Amino acid sequence: MAKKFNRRWMLGGTVGAVSLARGTGIVGSPIPSADQSVLGAHEAGVMSTMGDVDLTRFDPSTFLQSFDYGQVSQLSSGQTLREWEIIAVDQEIEIAPGVYFPAWTYNGQVPGPTLRCTEGDRLRIRFANGGSHAHTIHFHGFHPADMDGVFEVIMPGGEFVYEFDAEPFGLHLYHCHSVPLKRHIHKGLYGAFIVDPKKPRAVAREMVMVMNGFDTNFDGDNEVYAVNTVAFHYHRHPIKVQLQERVRIYLVNLLEFDLINSLHIHGNFFDVFRTGTGLVRDEFTDTIMMCQGERHILEISFRHPGKFMFHAHQSEFAELGWMGFFEVVESTL
Amino acid sequence: MDGIFRGRGVNTVKQWIQGLLPVALLAILLVLFFNYGPLGIFNTAFPPVEELTIERVVLSEPNRITLHVMNGGPNSVSIAQIMVDDAFWQHWTEPQTQTIPRLGHMKVHIPYPWVEGETHEVTLLTSTGLTFSREIPVATQSPRVDFLYLWTFALLGIYAGVIPVFLGLLWYPFLRELNASWISFFLSLTVGLLVFLAVDTLDEALNSAEVVPGVLQGVSLVAIGIISSFLILLYLSHLKRGHSDKEEGRFWKRYRTARMIALGIGFHNLGEGLAIGSSYAVGEIALGTSLVIGFTLHNITEGLGIVAPIAKDRPSIIQLIGLGAIAGGPTILGTWIGGFSYSPVWAALFLAIGVGAILQVIYELTLLVVKRQEVAFYSSYNLLGFLLGLGVMYGTGLLVVV
Repeated sequence: MAKKFNRRWMLGGTVGAVSLARGTGIVGSPIPSADQSVLGAHEAGVMSTMGDVDLTRFDPSTFLQSFDYGQVSQLSSGQTLREWEIIAVDQEIEIAPGVYFPAWTYNGQVPGPTLRCTEGDRLRIRFANGGSHAHTIHFHGFHPADMDGVFEVIMPGGEFVYEFDAEPFGLHLYHCHSVPLKRHIHKGLYGAFIVDPKKPRAVAREMVMVMNGFDTNFDGDNEVYAVNTVAFHYHRHPIKVQLQERVRIYLVNLLEFDLINSLHIHGNFFDVFRTGTGLVRDEFTDTIMMCQGERHILEISFRHPGKFMFHAHQSEFAELGWMGFFEVVESTL
Repeated sequence: MDGIFRGRGVNTVKQWIQGLLPVALLAILLVLFFNYGPLGIFNTAFPPVEELTIERVVLSEPNRITLHVMNGGPNSVSIAQIMVDDAFWQHWTEPQTQTIPRLGHMKVHIPYPWVEGETHEVTLLTSTGLTFSREIPVATQSPRVDFLYLWTFALLGIYAGVIPVFLGLLWYPFLRELNASWISFFLSLTVGLLVFLAVDTLDEALNSAEVVPGVLQGVSLVAIGIISSFLILLYLSHLKRGHSDKEEGRFWKRYRTARMIALGIGFHNLGEGLAIGSSYAVGEIALGTSLVIGFTLHNITEGLGIVAPIAKDRPSIIQLIGLGAIAGGPTILGTWIGGFSYSPVWAALFLAIGVGAILQVIYELTLLVVKRQEVAFYSSYNLLGFLLGLGVMYGTGLLVVV
């Protein structure tokens, strides 16, 4: 039915709807069969944005699998030292095809780079403020009060070096803590911060998902929702994973304004390691609800090939961009 | 051909130069300003001012919402995405571009399964992230231009405008038998109801002006419409028509006044038709029996007003029918326009013209009352007639608040 619909709609003289040709439109109805190349729209029309963003500027598919381990060296004590340079810059970003947002960013991207280290490492983050407002970096985790990124506000043009040991292991986050807090966070100053346990977790296909949203008209309400900034990105560009492969998702909620956010994966269940601070699963579910600042590690392996949707289970968020697909393929090995 | 200057033929070149010099200097100033001027200080990092107006929403079929969008802002605007009820939705546009130039129009077609009788909201999201929304208060299939709808709306216009006006005209034989004081009473009553209509129409004109894109300056447009129509009609009604000041000539003068009243009321009824048609089209009113009866009652006094100035005369049946058609006919036209292609700009302008026409009639009628020697202008008949005119219109108006 979906195929027939799309073809008919195209024949209906709607050259403007070029992106329909890819047929990635979906509505809330279940997907009839997994091998379907054209995903289902019914007679109702197609719920999603039009076109695509400029992926050469920021590609969420690349961000998904990018982990920044920093510049690594050894201290005389034998402790591993990791160093990063982070600069705050004002940067216009494309959050949905053709929709530009005047963001404040770490290193020119939203979310900022995913910083990754191992428990016990010494971390040194040189922060320079190249933006137009005062900013800081506030890390979650153990650290001294003067490394908390709250009282030492860095003025435009200023610099600061944060230095502390990475603990406890888990999935954390970092964000600006200047006031007004709400604006500094929702404008884009945040990122994921992963501290691996000393004994590494099992090998897996790893990815980071930062759930966020954008209030484009500054009315205190999000117009666009997404995971990793771009509305419907993984809907247009499904995340390819292998059948039975262990997939580990580092899921962080940084959505401003709305009280809660959530993630639901179709047709499968996942293990939840809350805040990533334990190695034994806390929960086995297919839907997880999170407050702002909450983050969990999820582990899943897909049992069936085909396309499986994932999205916020708040339908409104899903239909405003927080929706995507896993495309499960049989192992070619 | 006569020159436009006093010293005909002499020094005209010099006078033309004097006349055109400021314009030429202004042109030079503009060129300098744009090329070397202080525009740089206005170039900030702020997003440009954008102003889009969704002028009209059409639900032409079960799975289709069509928006008529106008850009009334200073810059061109790019519509990046469309949301319906807080969900992004695919769509296509006419013309096939995302960008609407200043003062430009665009149609946006959205295949969306709207729900009969429920409320929806459509939102345009521009490239700078600004949003422009419009509510569809009660979703219902928009009228299509076909015989059934034309006939339905025509019938509506006939009930609301034509029948009551003609019923009112039937008071003519009754009026003819009245003495001078009571004729004056009814003339004053007519002035009263026209004053009410003027206020009512002005209110509607200003309401329409509110949703006119800013660049078209709705309120100024209304003011210009009122003043121009008032002055033009005043000018036309005072053109010498070659009738003597004999009795026949005076009849024609009064008949012309009646015709002007009919015309003014016609404009008012056009506005009423627009309101009925457009409200019906967007599902804001269910045209129940009570509403139609309300309009009939409300408008019946209009017929009375038309014949009051010629109560002592003997107009032909054809002339009476003509008067009724001028006053009532536009209601039908109004319902058609309102139902099929409502545009707030045209509505504001039509209604403003109506206000001007009514004001002109009020002016003429007041003169007529003043000139009647049999009855003093400040008589209780005139006062009570005037107040009753206002009161009757207000009272019957309670029945038709849309």
